[in-house]
Amino acid sequence: MSRVVRHHLFWPAAILIALLLFNLPFTPNFFAIHVRNGHLYGSLVSILIFGTPLILVALGMTLVIATGGIDLSVGAVMAIAGALACWYISRQPDQNSVGAVLIAVALALAACVLLGLWNGFLVARIGVQPIIATLVLMVAGRGIAQLITGGFIITVLSKPYATIGGYAFTAPTGVFIVTLAVVAMLALTRRTALGLLVESVGGNSEASRLAGVRARRIKIMVYIFCALLAGIAGLMNSSNLSDADANHAGLWIELDAILAVVIGGTPLTGGRFSIGGSVLGALILQTLKTTIFTIGIPSQANMVFEAAVVIIVCLIQSPDFRRRLMAPFRSAPPPPAPAAVSTQEPVEVSS
Amino acid sequence: MAETQPVLRMTGISKEFTAVRALSEVDFRLYPGEIHALLGENGAGKSTLIKVLTGVYDLDAGAVELNGEQVRITSPHHAQQLGISTVYQEVNLCPNLTVAENIFLGREQTAGGLIKWRSTRTAARRLVAKFGLDLDVSAPLGEYPLAIQQLVAIVRAVEGSSARVLILDEPTSSLDRDEVQVLFSVMRRLKEEGVAIVFVSHFLDQIYEICDRMTILRNGRLVGEHLVSELDRVGLVRAMIGKELGGLEELAEHDRPPIGDPVLRAEGLGRKGGIAPFDLDLRSGEVVGLAGLLGSGRTELARLLFGADTADSGRVEMPGGPVALRGPHVAIGRGIAFCSENRRAEGLIPELTVRENIILAMQAARGWTRRLPREKVDELVARYIRVLDIRPGDPEAKAGALSGGNQQKVLLARWLITEPKLLILDEPTRGIDVGAKAEIQKLVAGLAAEGLSVLYISAELEEVLRLSHTIGVLRDRTLVARLDNGPDVTEERIMETIASGGHA
Repeated sequence: MSRVVRHHLFWPAAILIALLLFNLPFTPNFFAIHVRNGHLYGSLVSILIFGTPLILVALGMTLVIATGGIDLSVGAVMAIAGALACWYISRQPDQNSVGAVLIAVALALAACVLLGLWNGFLVARIGVQPIIATLVLMVAGRGIAQLITGGFIITVLSKPYATIGGYAFTAPTGVFIVTLAVVAMLALTRRTALGLLVESVGGNSEASRLAGVRARRIKIMVYIFCALLAGIAGLMNSSNLSDADANHAGLWIELDAILAVVIGGTPLTGGRFSIGGSVLGALILQTLKTTIFTIGIPSQANMVFEAAVVIIVCLIQSPDFRRRLMAPFRSAPPPPAPAAVSTQEPVEVSS
Repeated sequence: MAETQPVLRMTGISKEFTAVRALSEVDFRLYPGEIHALLGENGAGKSTLIKVLTGVYDLDAGAVELNGEQVRITSPHHAQQLGISTVYQEVNLCPNLTVAENIFLGREQTAGGLIKWRSTRTAARRLVAKFGLDLDVSAPLGEYPLAIQQLVAIVRAVEGSSARVLILDEPTSSLDRDEVQVLFSVMRRLKEEGVAIVFVSHFLDQIYEICDRMTILRNGRLVGEHLVSELDRVGLVRAMIGKELGGLEELAEHDRPPIGDPVLRAEGLGRKGGIAPFDLDLRSGEVVGLAGLLGSGRTELARLLFGADTADSGRVEMPGGPVALRGPHVAIGRGIAFCSENRRAEGLIPELTVRENIILAMQAARGWTRRLPREKVDELVARYIRVLDIRPGDPEAKAGALSGGNQQKVLLARWLITEPKLLILDEPTRGIDVGAKAEIQKLVAGLAAEGLSVLYISAELEEVLRLSHTIGVLRDRTLVARLDNGPDVTEERIMETIASGGHA
């Protein structure tokens, strides 16, 4: 039992389950899944559908944060990916052509690779602080997306395109994409040495360089991964709505993604990362958003409620907080005194 | 000078940082119109003493008297008001502002809240001329070379507080020979005006050229205060390193190894501001030791050979042709390994496990796509934990939690599994306990006997003497001598070589 509790995914998983169970009194059929028109329906399914873009973005963000960086541009990259794909499809005589949709997707993802390369170039080659480097694209990216859409919301009527954010084989397509992405990511980081090298760069960049790690390459690579995953998320988002909205697609998702990564147990300072943790973190955030709607929190209180829950979630994640919380309920032995107290002691003055 | 009152007298100064005694009962006095060298190796307490004097640190014990009055210096600003000004190694001025603006920054001459630019410029021009400088005071400071910027910083420091005490903390480290002379002439001028100057420098020649008196610190304690004319260089080096020459244990006979194949040959390799161009031959089976004071360029030399810094002159030959050491990955590819003196910042990845730290260099050399098979990793890691006796012997332990000696062994293991041809060890035994130290020395001797070429850097002459077949002596960022180790090579001889610059 204690081994389960000490597993690094225990607390994120426990919080997610608790959050799901919390819905039950308000929505008795919360866990019900049924098939309608050959599609799966239910609260859990909708959490998955709406949560998939966030999971994808959080996956990419995990690697970036593990190298000690951060990527604020993922929302803008999503908007660009959606805009490019919709722009291309909208110009086709037959929007339902599978070939045209495939070209649109390829075009959008190729653009994302370039955007990731740009971020990586600024951070690893020029040496700009990651938060500033990616802020450039966060702001400029929306402008680029606006240029692509010509300032309008481009609406497309393409069945193949709608599949990306819709349903395939009765289940949401996103579930397949996310599963594929998680498996690919786990393979990439844990079956190759990429995970070790990313963690070493994030843990101590200079020491890694002196051990022969090509730290710059690694950093450029993770920004490309991150942009690519954000691009896929952008396509799913745009496909789901059948349009490209340069202003609102993926708005503020970078903050949710960073939060998901942190809730999942990857420290913002870089180093150790947890892919599974980030997936759970994203699911926790999406479940929370769904919960707010299902239990009927008044809309003006949404944000405050969400913030309060996030703070509680973060506190539960902290071993130090848990120990203090549980201290009064434990008979013996008393928990060790927090280390901070010792620094408060007066320093002995020699004379 | 004994009849004049010291302008500054510090007595019994102690300063402690969490469990580390940085200064203990240090006395320091400074007379008007003298240039006083503050000497000691890195970590001897020079910076701490200066920071106490300039109000950056509060002192734990002791007293500071300025012009015979006891003062308590509470902040750098307060120190300035008292007439104590400091110019640091790095110029802390604004390169985007003009020379005049920099000189008067924070004390602009104003009329009704507006700056009187004309009179500011005139005053600046007059000041600069007084120091014998020919500058356009309306030009941005950044347009001038570093040396001039340094001098402007001094002008600002002296003028700002009509300073009676001027502290120059390694002002010459980034200056070339001519620029140093300009600085010295300014210092002499100030000295004539009765300003007391504290001069910190690693360059012994400069100390003997410009200073009148010196105070030597070692391990946070006062070693002595001498007139420069009273203490020769050998005596000074000895005082700084802290070795008395009697009672040295008998050195083991060094059998010259059969001369092995050349592993690396550097010709005219150098880097401006790091190390002057040097030639060096490294052969298999040979331990080459580097001796010299801290800051003499030992580490800089090693970093060039590893590509940690890139050389701006010279070439490196290895069997198989010349090598452009563009970075550590190139050096590692050619069989060079480097253990940095700075284990925490440049060696260990503390949150990774012992296993991950050990395989890092080998894995990096293979590239990320070719992961080392787990069985091979476990086998290698287990073997080196056993051979080097790393404790705890748990490959999954966090490397950051190990003791200093065991961390050093982890780093050694990291390089040994790459089977290097040349192993560069920079202070591998610093800060580790005696037992681990002996083990590492034994290991190095054994590795060389097996045919490895080792470049061994240590501040402890005794260690260099015991291990090395050849000793390179460094001083003032120059490789000044190469001695074949033998019965006639003693610590005394090395100290003399350091002191004389190889010309004795």
